[in-house]
Amino acid sequence: MTAISAQLPALQVVLPLLGAVLAALMRRGTPAFALTLAISWTLPFISGALLYQTLTGDPISYRLGGWEPPFGIEYRVDVLNAFVLMLVSSVGAVILPFAHRSVASEIDEDKHAWFYCMYLLCLAGLLGIAITGDAFNAFVFLEISSLATYVLIALGRDRRALLSAFQYLIVGTIGATLYVLGVGLIYLVTGTLNMHDLSTRLVEAYAVYPQPVLAGLAFIVVGVGLKLALFPMHVWLPNAYAYAPSVVSAFLAATATKVAVYLLIRFSFGVFGKAVAFPTLTVTDLIVGLSIAAMFVGAAAAVYQTDLKRMLAYSSVSQIGYITLGVGLANQAGLTGGIVHLANHAIMKAALFLALGAAVYRIGTCKLNDLSGIGRRMPLTMTAFAIAGFGLIGTPGTAGFISKWYLALGSLEVGGWPLLLAIVASSMIAVVYVGRVVEVMWFREESPHVKGASEAPLAMLLPILVLAAATVYFGFDTRATAGIATRAAEMLIGGLR
Amino acid sequence: MTALLRPDCLVLASMIIPLVAALVIPVFHNRSNLREGVTLIAAVLLCATVWSLLPGVMAGKPPSYDVVEVLPGVALAFKIEPLGMLFGLIASTLWIVNSVYSIGYMRAHNEPRQTTYYVCFAIALASTMGVAFAKNLFTLFLFYELLTISTYPLVTHNRDSKSMSSGRLYLMLLLGTSMLLFLPAIIATFVLAGTTDFAPGGILAGKAGTTTLIVLLALFAFGIGKAAVMPLHFWLPAAMVAPTPVSALLHAVAVVKAGVFCVAKIVLYVFGLDSLSGSGANVWLVYLATACIVGASLIALSRGNLKARLAYSTVSQLAYVVLGAALATSAGLLGGALQIAMHAVGKITLFFCAGAIYIATHKTEIKQLDGIGRTMPFTMLAFLIGSLSIIGIPPLGGTWSKWYLALAAADAGFLIVVGALMVSSLLNVAYLLSIVGRAFFLPPRPDDDDHGHGNGHGHANGHAEGGIHEAPLACVIPLSLTALGCIVLFFQIDNITALLAPAAAGK
Repeated sequence: MTAISAQLPALQVVLPLLGAVLAALMRRGTPAFALTLAISWTLPFISGALLYQTLTGDPISYRLGGWEPPFGIEYRVDVLNAFVLMLVSSVGAVILPFAHRSVASEIDEDKHAWFYCMYLLCLAGLLGIAITGDAFNAFVFLEISSLATYVLIALGRDRRALLSAFQYLIVGTIGATLYVLGVGLIYLVTGTLNMHDLSTRLVEAYAVYPQPVLAGLAFIVVGVGLKLALFPMHVWLPNAYAYAPSVVSAFLAATATKVAVYLLIRFSFGVFGKAVAFPTLTVTDLIVGLSIAAMFVGAAAAVYQTDLKRMLAYSSVSQIGYITLGVGLANQAGLTGGIVHLANHAIMKAALFLALGAAVYRIGTCKLNDLSGIGRRMPLTMTAFAIAGFGLIGTPGTAGFISKWYLALGSLEVGGWPLLLAIVASSMIAVVYVGRVVEVMWFREESPHVKGASEAPLAMLLPILVLAAATVYFGFDTRATAGIATRAAEMLIGGLR
Repeated sequence: MTALLRPDCLVLASMIIPLVAALVIPVFHNRSNLREGVTLIAAVLLCATVWSLLPGVMAGKPPSYDVVEVLPGVALAFKIEPLGMLFGLIASTLWIVNSVYSIGYMRAHNEPRQTTYYVCFAIALASTMGVAFAKNLFTLFLFYELLTISTYPLVTHNRDSKSMSSGRLYLMLLLGTSMLLFLPAIIATFVLAGTTDFAPGGILAGKAGTTTLIVLLALFAFGIGKAAVMPLHFWLPAAMVAPTPVSALLHAVAVVKAGVFCVAKIVLYVFGLDSLSGSGANVWLVYLATACIVGASLIALSRGNLKARLAYSTVSQLAYVVLGAALATSAGLLGGALQIAMHAVGKITLFFCAGAIYIATHKTEIKQLDGIGRTMPFTMLAFLIGSLSIIGIPPLGGTWSKWYLALAAADAGFLIVVGALMVSSLLNVAYLLSIVGRAFFLPPRPDDDDHGHGNGHGHANGHAEGGIHEAPLACVIPLSLTALGCIVLFFQIDNITALLAPAAAGK
């Protein structure tokens, strides 16, 4: 037993990676789905065990292949990335039951097994980025997850999915390139790739070579910024989310951008933080400015969308703005708000995308007008949609309120009444785009598409209801979200000194 | 079982009962008798629950229940102080009357979507109880927002384009003000005071300068859009498109009443009476409320639609509560709190009458009401009693609130305000009693038959024989009861002031 528990960090990544290989060898969708389900439901237990260990003890250091860090690759799990691992694996586990029917209806039969292969590969990549303590290894996993993502998006049945995948491929490649350039620069001045090691060595290096270190930081921030769709580097995201298969949109919205934000937090606070005193840098002001722009531009664009998946995608741009705002504020309350919103937004957005996915499964479209009156046909699904929508707005009693509360406290701490106003004002725009949809779904006459539609099948409905329930649950019991985020933020802020 | 009947658990029950009703009602959506039975049972249970909490509050042992600590220093928690007790009693008692009336009104009208209606009504009542019994600003805000959301389907009940656009205004204005102003005020209070728990004497006392207090008071007064303080009042007349029992809910039981209640509660327990009046940060709100009292009365006078006139009357009458809070003295707060109760019973009577008239005759304009007192004597008598109570004439409940408010304004040295209160009373006479006068003393107009569609034959009967043609009993009985209530409240003033005294004294 202890032998296994010592290997948990490796298993977290190796399991889905092996699963992907096995799925690639399968020809039919159903066994591949069963395999993926088994793996997806195992992963949260692994990350749960890791999270428990980090919460009760010291960070876990795992030497891959037995090589000593900083020479070999080290998997280093502390409260922050254990939280992200838990988030990614749980969301993956919750939404997977939805995939079987959704994939069966949206993707050609001969590609089903490939879909699950790519899904597992993507999951492995994302978990790898979160778990690794090695800057170059993170790049490798970034590429693994990105390549899988391109394929997943291209599997969308709309022909524009191909173009969107290509667009994301170009942007994603540029982002990864910038990231690896940044890593190269800091490798030149420190001679190490281990993040933990870097954080101490950069202190000396910064004293001798300030410009290369800052340039490295700049490359990494911009590169990761492209991956996380920080405004104005968000243009790839709406297309990618809109044309990808339903379950992929939900999965990516909940996990991919979140892991990229994790990298941003890890590098700005963990790796560079001590050397360059990150909170004092001008780049924090820049991040705050861009975040606020994202909050408004994303939300305003969402108001004008008629394709609801696209609307949710623009809403993601806006919500990512809240997360990066917390990073830019760079104080305890703000950073807590940012980290907690990683989880809260993931839960809410997954619920919303899945609810739309269920609508697509039943009526084949997610255009706003086609969905009019669907609330009475699919009452449970659309109630869940409304609840998660209220979460996006930040209504008290939902998880979204918790994030907003911390961000507001963080804003006031830096004396930002205007910042506080920006937060509440942008959530007003969310009222408009969520309210508009809820009104059409519940209060309009039924459209011809909706006639004859019925509630989503149980396997699709359950994940949606679980996520909606979580949206409310984490609005009241915040020990698992804000509690851990507070500890992660304490660790990061404490590490700056 | 007995453990569940402890006061602390009953606090929670007052929210759970209507919520459970909201879950059970849809089960019977094809069996209307059972469905309405659930509503009535829930209303009676809730009322009994809330009344059973009264002895504890009177004895100075406020029941409380802490549900969960959501964030450090911010909990979902309930504690019943005198002001909330009074509001809870009023709202839960009127729910029974309103439910009976709703059943009569909705059935007489064959309204669609009745299941949704009763579900939303129950959720709105649960939210109202949450607002009344909230222990801190977070809990208050949570139920305040839930109240807005749960009443939105009621306002848009007709689902036509007019009610949808009114509903949009309703939602955007109430959610908008609460998010843009109320929430920042709560967060700022938390940062300044380190807590959001209501406490006698005010949690902001000594924690903020005059300028900050002025800003915060403005954020609260306008952020609580439900209080309909001018110039943020216009959602209320727009919401008049809803069925009449909904208007009664908005005006008398829950929404506007919850708004002014929040203002009073926040002045009392967040700012603190002495610290607010001592700082002078309240003076602007005294004048604004006074202007609102007179201004809304004037607008009411100019409205020819019965429900619109009553709506502006509410804007004016509830500014009395804001005025009482803004004066920040014991007498002012007492007057404001009394006004919450007195206006509730008086105004619900008037709305019930307006709805009864609409059901019996399909008339909505005041000029159509000539001579209607002859065919609907009970309704118009109740209307008279309700009007007199709103105006503040003994022996009706409204007398007391006006009395204490005028006294408080004079005490605090706002003589202009005293004058304005008198002018407003005269305006009340003009815009309310003129309706009663028409109904009883003018002959019926012969040319308004074209308005009697849908109920034509009954209406024609009324004309031909000059006999009594009232709305269904389920409508007439509730409005008679609430009219009676106006009288009862006059004589119960000692008990009510005894309940409110500790709160008004700032303890």
